[in-house]
Amino acid sequence: MPIRGVHIEVVDLSHRYSSRGALTFDRVKLEAQSGEALAIIGRSGCGKSTLLHIMAGLVRPTSGKVSLDGKAVEGPSPRWVMMFQAPHLFPWMRVAQNVGIGLRFANWPQAEMRDRVAEALRLVDLEDFAENNVQDLSGGQQQRVALARSLVMEPELLLLDEPFSALDAFTRASLQRDVRSIAKRLGINLVNVTHDIDEAVLMGDRALIMAGSPGRIMHDITIDLGDPRERQDPAVQAARAQLMKSFEGAANAASGTAGSEAGDTHDADHGSSAEFTGMSAAESLGTARA
Amino acid sequence: MNAAVAPARLFALPRLSSPAVRRLFYGAVGLGLLFGLWWLGGLLLYLNPATRSFANFGPIPTFRAFPELIGDGTILRAIESSGYRLGMGLLLAITCGVPIGIFMGRSQTFRQLSNTPFQLLRMISPLSWEPIAVIVFAKWDAAIIFLIAIAAVWPVAFSTAAGLAKVDPAWFKVSRNLGARPWHMLSQIILPAIAFDVLTGIRLALGVAWIVLVPAEFLGVTSGLGYSIEDARETLSYNHLTAMVLVIGVIGFALDSICMLLITRYSWHRQT
Repeated sequence: MPIRGVHIEVVDLSHRYSSRGALTFDRVKLEAQSGEALAIIGRSGCGKSTLLHIMAGLVRPTSGKVSLDGKAVEGPSPRWVMMFQAPHLFPWMRVAQNVGIGLRFANWPQAEMRDRVAEALRLVDLEDFAENNVQDLSGGQQQRVALARSLVMEPELLLLDEPFSALDAFTRASLQRDVRSIAKRLGINLVNVTHDIDEAVLMGDRALIMAGSPGRIMHDITIDLGDPRERQDPAVQAARAQLMKSFEGAANAASGTAGSEAGDTHDADHGSSAEFTGMSAAESLGTARA
Repeated sequence: MNAAVAPARLFALPRLSSPAVRRLFYGAVGLGLLFGLWWLGGLLLYLNPATRSFANFGPIPTFRAFPELIGDGTILRAIESSGYRLGMGLLLAITCGVPIGIFMGRSQTFRQLSNTPFQLLRMISPLSWEPIAVIVFAKWDAAIIFLIAIAAVWPVAFSTAAGLAKVDPAWFKVSRNLGARPWHMLSQIILPAIAFDVLTGIRLALGVAWIVLVPAEFLGVTSGLGYSIEDARETLSYNHLTAMVLVIGVIGFALDSICMLLITRYSWHRQT
């Protein structure tokens, strides 16, 4: 099995959206080993999505740099692909065409393209849907197509910008499990940005907690659990509780030191600290917390 | 209880299961009714001694005129000249209108800057350009092509811009991430995404162009469908006149149907 992960290094990354705007995040440092699954947890507005966009080369940072295997990221590339909150499929193409679009951009020969697409569809369990209209698929199936569209490029790194947040709990759980197992099988690095602590525990080898405004990485917690991970497993529950505690500590520490106003981030909503405790895990887990 | 329903059904229209057959059936019946009315009108003209000389407007003399008009090449020549003008005019309108529309859709400054002048120009009746066009262009053909283009460019430009406004910006982000070059953006993303709207614009443009074409050919030129009608009127061959009117209707209908087919073919929008 080819190992095709990548060593990620982020050095002193700072970003502001406008020259006079507030910093979105300040001198963020992180490192991930080849094949590692990283989860970055933070509330909306802490700049985690911006961080991901910079890692994907879709946004230029104000200062600092992102290196993959020692080479600086200068722009987008099919070697590091991002999955977004919505699948953003091309509705005028069938499933197989959507999956193969990156290969088409790269001028692949038809036959090889077909094989690669079929393989990617098999990976995401959609081999029977190749000729379907993407608009007829469910939300979960559409995200699977988006996943296949990313995997077909044989990326070294998959960046996840909360791609499961709009799905129902059952579909989300199956995608979380499948994405992790596919990434592990192929040796791909995962960087998963989320406000869902369960997702971090279920998908990550390591969780970074980002908080404050400008955002900083407050904690770096290894999640040492076997696979597959089940939500009900006491070990998973314990890891979740630990992460939750660190998270709340980080949020309190951040609001104590930094100003409470979030910067001009491109995150959709700026929830307050209190709101955050209300959403996150409670929303997805449905269990009361003491 | 079936027995009670059966007699009522006996007199009802045949149940048309396939929607396509149903559409065809109603289309044919509607057309039949139209021809019936036409025939009735011709009959009334014939019955009244004061209007008998116009009886050739009726359908039967009209259809009798066709072999002659086809035989001496009048229809074909008229279609050729008019088709050339229409085609060139539309081509000009599309090659100008689509880029203008894309530019309007992509650049907010251009959109805001151009909106008022374009809306103003759009509302100028295309035929009112005719005297200017005749002065500017040495050849009548060119003047007519200009009139068609200026009439047809607006629907194309505006619906292209409207189509682009509906394009999800995330598609560009996704494509960029998957290695799309600017050329790919245009050919694989923008054009297929807006094909429906562009074709809808072209269909509207075709309608306007077809309307402008015939009166534009009333003056100056000695060929084309409009000219044939004028010519027939002056030589009092009323059946030729109605035959040419019918040809105009049939061709216009056929062109519009082709546009409809293309729109259906390239539409990815779901009707819900």
